[in-house]
Amino acid sequence: MAKANKLTKEENKATIKRILSYIKQYAWGVAASVVLAGVTVALTLYVPILTGRGVDLILGPGKVDFAGLKTVLLTIALITLATAAAQWLMNHINNLVTYKVVKDIRTKAFNHLEVLPVSYLDSHPSGDIVSRIITDIDQFSEGLLLGFTQLFTGITTILGTLLFMLSIHPLITLVVVVLTPLSLVVANFIAKRTYTMFRHQSETRGQLTSLIDEMLGGLKVVKAFHYQDKAQEQFEEINGRLAAYSLKATFFSSVTNPATRFVNSMVYACVGAASAFGAIRGFLTVGQLTSFLSYANQYTKPFNEISGVVTELQNALASAARVFELIDQEPITPDSGAKELTQVQGAVKLEDVRFSYNPAVPFIEGMELSVEPGQRVAIVGPTGCGKTTVINLLMRFYDVNSGAIWVDGQNTRQVTRKSLRQNFGMVLQDTWLKAGTIAENIAYGKPQATQEEIEEAAKKAHAHSFIKRMPQGYQTVIGEDGGSLSQGQKQLLCIARVMLCLPPMLILDEATSSIDTRTELRIQEAFADMMKGRTSFIVAHRLSTIQEADVILVMKEGHVVEKGTHQQLLAQGGFYAQLYNSQFAVS
Amino acid sequence: MKRLLGYMKRYKLESILGPLFKMLEASFELFVPLVVASMIDIGIKNQDTAYVFKMGGLLVLLAVIGITCALTAQYFAAKAAIGVGTTLRSNLFAHINSLSYTEIDNLGISTLVTRMTNDINTVQNGINMVLRLFLRSPFVVFGAMIMAFTVDVKSALVFAVAIPLLSIVVFGILLVSMPLYKKVQKQLDKVMLATRENLLGVRVIRAFNRQEGETARFEEENSLLVRFQVFVGKISALLNPVTYIIINLAIVALVWISGKQVDAGIITQGKVVALVNYMSQILVELVKLANLLILISKAMASMNRVDSVFQVTSSIETDPALAAVPAAQRTGAAVELKDVDFVYSGATEPALQGISFQALPGQTVGIIGGTGSGKSTLANLICRFYDSSSGAVFQGGVNVQGMEEGRLRRQVAIVPQKAVLFSGTVRENMRWGKEDATDEEIYRALDIAQARDFVEEKGQGLDLEIEQGGKNLSGGQRQRLTIARALVQQPQILILDDSASALDFATDARLRSSLKENTQGMTVFLISQRASTIKNADAVLVLEDGRMAGWGTHEQLLENCPIYQEICHSQGIFHTQASEKEVQ
Repeated sequence: MAKANKLTKEENKATIKRILSYIKQYAWGVAASVVLAGVTVALTLYVPILTGRGVDLILGPGKVDFAGLKTVLLTIALITLATAAAQWLMNHINNLVTYKVVKDIRTKAFNHLEVLPVSYLDSHPSGDIVSRIITDIDQFSEGLLLGFTQLFTGITTILGTLLFMLSIHPLITLVVVVLTPLSLVVANFIAKRTYTMFRHQSETRGQLTSLIDEMLGGLKVVKAFHYQDKAQEQFEEINGRLAAYSLKATFFSSVTNPATRFVNSMVYACVGAASAFGAIRGFLTVGQLTSFLSYANQYTKPFNEISGVVTELQNALASAARVFELIDQEPITPDSGAKELTQVQGAVKLEDVRFSYNPAVPFIEGMELSVEPGQRVAIVGPTGCGKTTVINLLMRFYDVNSGAIWVDGQNTRQVTRKSLRQNFGMVLQDTWLKAGTIAENIAYGKPQATQEEIEEAAKKAHAHSFIKRMPQGYQTVIGEDGGSLSQGQKQLLCIARVMLCLPPMLILDEATSSIDTRTELRIQEAFADMMKGRTSFIVAHRLSTIQEADVILVMKEGHVVEKGTHQQLLAQGGFYAQLYNSQFAVS
Repeated sequence: MKRLLGYMKRYKLESILGPLFKMLEASFELFVPLVVASMIDIGIKNQDTAYVFKMGGLLVLLAVIGITCALTAQYFAAKAAIGVGTTLRSNLFAHINSLSYTEIDNLGISTLVTRMTNDINTVQNGINMVLRLFLRSPFVVFGAMIMAFTVDVKSALVFAVAIPLLSIVVFGILLVSMPLYKKVQKQLDKVMLATRENLLGVRVIRAFNRQEGETARFEEENSLLVRFQVFVGKISALLNPVTYIIINLAIVALVWISGKQVDAGIITQGKVVALVNYMSQILVELVKLANLLILISKAMASMNRVDSVFQVTSSIETDPALAAVPAAQRTGAAVELKDVDFVYSGATEPALQGISFQALPGQTVGIIGGTGSGKSTLANLICRFYDSSSGAVFQGGVNVQGMEEGRLRRQVAIVPQKAVLFSGTVRENMRWGKEDATDEEIYRALDIAQARDFVEEKGQGLDLEIEQGGKNLSGGQRQRLTIARALVQQPQILILDDSASALDFATDARLRSSLKENTQGMTVFLISQRASTIKNADAVLVLEDGRMAGWGTHEQLLENCPIYQEICHSQGIFHTQASEKEVQ
């Protein structure tokens, strides 16, 4: 996924429209926030005027109007309290609206995952999808919040300040208005200059990180070849370059702050001198001079903030667009009108099944198969021959392009996915477990199962003894993807999970290299128990499984090249015999 | 912290000059309200236009001096921070490279990578900010107060009340909200876990029809996240309004008190303006200081993590006294293990127990056993990546604990299970084994490892670029290249740790026969789960739960080692048919 941050104008518009549609139900909050922001800004800006008035009432010894001063100061105190209350409420409402909108979008995106076709999830890296739902939505929420709080208040502050200044004196206002953009120009100028240095810095940092990644990732190999000194040499070279670029980038970027501060000081000096001059000429009071100075101090701040907000908002929009792209993905065709598949005997029939992942490259073509209830079907063949695809089609993770799969005489496309899958028990080589207790994992397909049922299933799967030895037995919490369990243990838990449901048909993917042959034997026993009296499809690697199968499908490049029992196929002396003679050493 | 100060010492000058100039800048800033005050009190009062413009000029001058000081300060701060960061990074890298396998296991590779990258960057950034701001902000806050006192003691008392109050609010809110933000982050991690799990387990979830349950769980975690977010938001949203109240009320008090002072003729109107200005300066700096404290605590945490890596030292030391074994005791074995026990650090059960055997020069020794039986551990002990807990490992009659590391590494080459290659050309990768290997030597190694064909097929010969982690090669190709890399070294002892697992049967067979022909004089250890791989070895060691379950030739073991029999049978190798079926 290219992370293009710039969107076209139309895309921006469309995205904003969608965001607004999510915000719509919180319109009350947005309205309240806008009103409160207006109040906050107006009151905040009014305070310097009042302070100025206060100063004007303090003229000199014996010339202080205490009664007037009291009123002014009381007004300031009251306004301050009102402003603070309004500001807090506004922030709270903004948080509330933002987080709720974000929650709605995140829930929607997640729920969409559950109805997306497996083909979409297979063809998109999970890291990318996770980052859309987590990082992108987070980025979006940050942008939205900032936009809410800073963009609106920033603009009203600028306009408000202008109005208030104009109400005191237009000419001096002009000084402020003409000079302040200078600080923006300076900031911009520096940002452009530092860009190249930052690019150099991040490029070099990238090089260094990948060297670190590589050398530490292969640290044991580095040690084995006594390569430390050479590695250090390479490291020093890049590290040295990084130091030079970093110094420049850090220094030049840290120029921005003093530089804008410098421009502000200049504005301050000019406003001070001009106002003082005005005061001498008598068209300005000292208090008004004070007000002007404090406005001059405040005026540039929102400009700097807004320029930050704009990039933030652009990122937020790009992030939102990525999330919407996910939400917009076509979901699976609904099961509407489909029948429930009940009382399954386990007769499975494939009729002229055609399927391919990529329309341009035909894969499975005209596959035919008829399986009696209780039969055992072994599927063998080299990697990429289509073994897994057959599983995908049986379970309707993917739908056939043409032809049909029948279970007990019912076309599987005309029954609900739920009832179809309920009748299949599946154990894949890729052993997926949830973060949670062992008991929860075994009862995954039947959450209401009792402890006895769970233990019974674990015993049948030959998993009971190792579970018992774990610190908290069945209540032991295992981390994400099985945590510290060994591959063999995970496989046994997956078998126990199916044992608990024991549906009439089974799909088993035998484990290969990661398990040693003796653990494998235990798994085989568990498999054998499970398969008794059930229609089973086994992606097989072991001789014993294959020899005992009722039908062996030998697949190659999507086609069933041979079909029959072990003896028949050996007698044919074809591809199967060849595979058999190399001992099935490789899957 | 101590270590950090040690590094800072190398940049003593920069570390002192940076904050110093920053303070200079701040003190010039503190003059500004006074200049404005005299503009009012003298210039306006006396209708002296020239004086007003003179003061205006003074303000400009102060600004110019300010920026000069600031830039100087930023430069020194950046120089010190980057200097420290760079040295720290380079020393940590060297330190990590000096660690032995035990420490690498304990620390974990991904931790080490984070320490090298993120943590050091955070430290570097922290130093930079500290040098720039840590003195400036308190200086401005207290400076403003002191200046206020010089203007008028009675009015300045307002500062003495407002500053502690502001500090309590700012730091209090920070202290309360920081752990709450951590809680939010943790909850976000849970939401992420739920998402990732659902993607990886999509088939199982759908097979068991658990979509609704997963959606409900996500909804639960997601709602909790929002609750936490809104809660912490409510607290942080207090910061601005509360500080605003304090500052404005302080200004109200200030104007009232100073008004009285003016009325009494103690101070002038311009001084009132100056006092109000000082009050406004405080808040900005306090907020900056608060944010700086967050940054410092992060940088300190990072530095402590970096430091904890520095504190770990290699557990493997060479003791030359052990090398001086009397010649009479030398057995002539290339590798000998005597009563070796090994316990991984942190483990309770030994990984290896009572291992003794001798491998003669030129012999091929097979090692077989289930997962977790200790095969790779044994290989690591022979290479001395770990030290045995008791007993001893000898190479050529010399205790490995007494051998100089460089010599030991040249003598033994190991091809680990996981084929690790590095970005660079094939030639560069091959030269890991021997720095000055010629192309001829490399090609010979590639030939033996059955790797020459596919390297040449790609058309660039030894200049073929390998991407990081060897991504542009298949698993089998990577394995063959790692074997070749070990062969380039021309070691006396070669250990192949299940390093042909990704090869197809025919290539595996070719590899084994070419190794046999070309490694004469070399002692070769073949580690495998496949009996067919090791059955032609001169001797086979059978491991079971870290103990020796058998030692002998294939035929002998098939006769008298039940575990070996079981392994062979589970792989379809039986006494007589086995040799017929085997494809040579």
